[in-house]
Amino acid sequence: MRSRINGMARAVGRYEQVPLLLALIVICVYLTIATNGLFFTTDNVTNVLRASSVELIAALGMTVAMVAGQVDLSIGSLLAVVGVASVTVYNATGSVLVTVLAGLAVGAVVGVVNGLLVTRLGINAIITTLGMMAVLRGIGYLTTNARAVQTEGDTLREIGVGYVGPVPVPVVIALGVVLLTYFLLNRTVFGRYLYAAGGNPEAARSAGLPVRRIYVVAFVVVAVAAALAGLITAGRLNSFQPTIGVGFELNVIAAVILGGTRLSGGEGTVSGTVLGVLILGVLNNGLVLLDVNTFWQEVVRGTVIILAVAIDEYRKRRRNQRFREEPPAEEVGEEEPWRAVESSTTAR
Amino acid sequence: MTSGLRPVLELRGIGKRFPGVHALDGVDFEVRPGEVHALLGENGAGKSTLIKIMAGVHSPDEGEYLVDGDPVALGSPRDAHAHGVSVVFQELSQVESLSVAENVFFGRLPRTRLGTVDRATLHREASRLLHVVGLSVDPATRLGFLSVAQRQLVEIARALSQDAKVIAMDEPTSALSHAEIETLFELIDRLTEQGVGIVYVSHKLDELFRVCDRITVLRDGRLVARTATAETTADELVRQMVGRQVESLFPRMDRTVDRTAPPLLDVTGLTSDMVRNVSFSVRAGEVVGFSGLMGSGRTELARALFGLDRTTAGQVRLGGRVVPRNSPTKAADHGLGYVPEDRKEHGLILVSTIRDNMTLAVLRRLSRGGQVDRAKERTVVSDAIRRLRIKAHSAEQKVAALSGGNQQKVTLARWLVKEDLKVLVLDEPTRGIDVNSKSEIYRLVATIAERGVAVVVMSSEMPELLSLCDRIHVLRDGRLVDEYDHADATQENLMTAALGGAR
Repeated sequence: MRSRINGMARAVGRYEQVPLLLALIVICVYLTIATNGLFFTTDNVTNVLRASSVELIAALGMTVAMVAGQVDLSIGSLLAVVGVASVTVYNATGSVLVTVLAGLAVGAVVGVVNGLLVTRLGINAIITTLGMMAVLRGIGYLTTNARAVQTEGDTLREIGVGYVGPVPVPVVIALGVVLLTYFLLNRTVFGRYLYAAGGNPEAARSAGLPVRRIYVVAFVVVAVAAALAGLITAGRLNSFQPTIGVGFELNVIAAVILGGTRLSGGEGTVSGTVLGVLILGVLNNGLVLLDVNTFWQEVVRGTVIILAVAIDEYRKRRRNQRFREEPPAEEVGEEEPWRAVESSTTAR
Repeated sequence: MTSGLRPVLELRGIGKRFPGVHALDGVDFEVRPGEVHALLGENGAGKSTLIKIMAGVHSPDEGEYLVDGDPVALGSPRDAHAHGVSVVFQELSQVESLSVAENVFFGRLPRTRLGTVDRATLHREASRLLHVVGLSVDPATRLGFLSVAQRQLVEIARALSQDAKVIAMDEPTSALSHAEIETLFELIDRLTEQGVGIVYVSHKLDELFRVCDRITVLRDGRLVARTATAETTADELVRQMVGRQVESLFPRMDRTVDRTAPPLLDVTGLTSDMVRNVSFSVRAGEVVGFSGLMGSGRTELARALFGLDRTTAGQVRLGGRVVPRNSPTKAADHGLGYVPEDRKEHGLILVSTIRDNMTLAVLRRLSRGGQVDRAKERTVVSDAIRRLRIKAHSAEQKVAALSGGNQQKVTLARWLVKEDLKVLVLDEPTRGIDVNSKSEIYRLVATIAERGVAVVVMSSEMPELLSLCDRIHVLRDGRLVDEYDHADATQENLMTAALGGAR
């Protein structure tokens, strides 16, 4: 009996992503049929993946921040600022390496500023980053006089439109970020700290965790990820408009939430975010292929997100009830206190 | 004298159960017109429940509620007001952003024919009532600008606006200065002259002797005694409050503490918002308890020790080394551990697993280069689960799904797995835990002490302190007022010290 309950608990934990995965498969199958196979061609799949990778990279950073109970609304503007900055730096130096380092540094600085504003001044993350969103957007316009900046030279474009074998470079980068984020969240001390500081800041403090520092690093992670997204975007375009990335943060947050990460913090997975981004990406692509009015695309996307979160909420509630229905009974007894009990935890 | 009058409010055989607690059991209570009747008892004796029943917040499971001799049924606080019973709670339910006048008439604002608020009448009536309670502020003042004492008077004015025949005051002086207390007492005198009956809930015995005509003592939800104030003494009241029996949940283990050893934890002059110049020390293997009433600063002392609350003066030293101030992280690095009072709010990450909660404080030591050594972690966690006999499906189970006792074991395990733990601060270690888990936790605390850890226990339960501690300090208003060795400590002298100034 014990081992069966044990198995069930594990299964629920391990297969939490199954509904999202099924949804993705169903959408793909439907689109393949509805488009007479046009959806499932190498070209189109490559296209979807490349289009999704910029959002995926930013979404992974956002997952880290949201696990810590924070959120960053400034990433859309940051993407634009980093794009403008990297084109400028690239034009001046001609070096991709210097450009990448400069772009990531801009992200890191913005992350530190956001983090310090939130932790030192105690302004909440939404307000702080909403302000930062406006400030950065303004900086983007000011530095360019609201005009597009042209990339001079071809090497920067490699990170946007190049290929590694048959795989687009942005997809390769996104895969790297997926692995890195997975490692960070699941294998490192800092990952555990993120979940703790997001799940219950007071408890994390009571356990002696440096909660404020954890938050600052979380803001740096999300901003650096957004900067990387900005670099790739710059690489994809010959000329970079400072208006790029308006509303980007909301699409990213929507995908992360669709993937099961909670705004309240303490919960979230890399696999969920990957699926969330892919579902929205496939949906977008499908609606284009099916020639649906662009305005409908927005409506569909919004509806999917609300539906997904509602279903997720319902499932979590059911699951919690199930756990509660099996009260871990207190065993009353006089047995020696320090001797082993045939505990379920030792059964593998 | 009011003894001949018929009670204006009478409660007969009141019983009230909450899940797991028999809060009140057959309690009688009455208030006569013009009388001040005190309600006294330890934390958890049932005073608050009784007051809430008077106010119509709770409805009793058993018993009768009579006003002027007629039984009435209350469904809500509104019904209580309608029958002339008002309660001024400790935590005032007022709206800071509204004016004083609006607060006095909140929910019953006078209207004009158009349905808008009749400001002229509102302010005129409010002025009149404020004058009665002796509060000289403009009724249009925003309530948020008033002091706690002034807000209490506003609340009393509100009671008067509803033609209160009985006003119950829950710890009315807890936040008042000496002069403000005098003002309140004068008001009480004036109200009783007009025939209003007052229910006065307080821990401060000297106040009871000053203003009250009769005193009712509750203990464990039962009525213990009712006497005229003139016929009782402070000592007798204390005895009645604590009772005679010391329930021995857990036979005290006799530890051998080396009394000549230098202290492991040495606290000097610690001062924060709620803690005033507290000094004490604890030796390795010693369990030192802190007793005191609600609001005496127990929790705040624990938080100040661990660096969670800002301290403005004083020093915490651990084995001679000074622990840097105001940093829980550094406190933990120096070997301190802390288990907060409210494990769900402040102790556990409920959405996380048993494993994640348990290893939080030692994670860095279970890792190499920032990467968690999961095999090592697994060993530590399953060992702790086995040793503490935590009932769970697996280490991956969310702590939210555990019982209270098992949750508390998980928070204790967080520090037990720390090999170089030197000091453990426990705040209400067995609150809301069933009796069996309680004695297991007592046994655990004893084991921790045997390991050479200096243990500090904050508790509102005196039997708990008596069975756990080698020494017990008593806190009052954030200060240490007394210290007892285990051999000399009794519930009576702890309570007397906690009440203070009661002779």
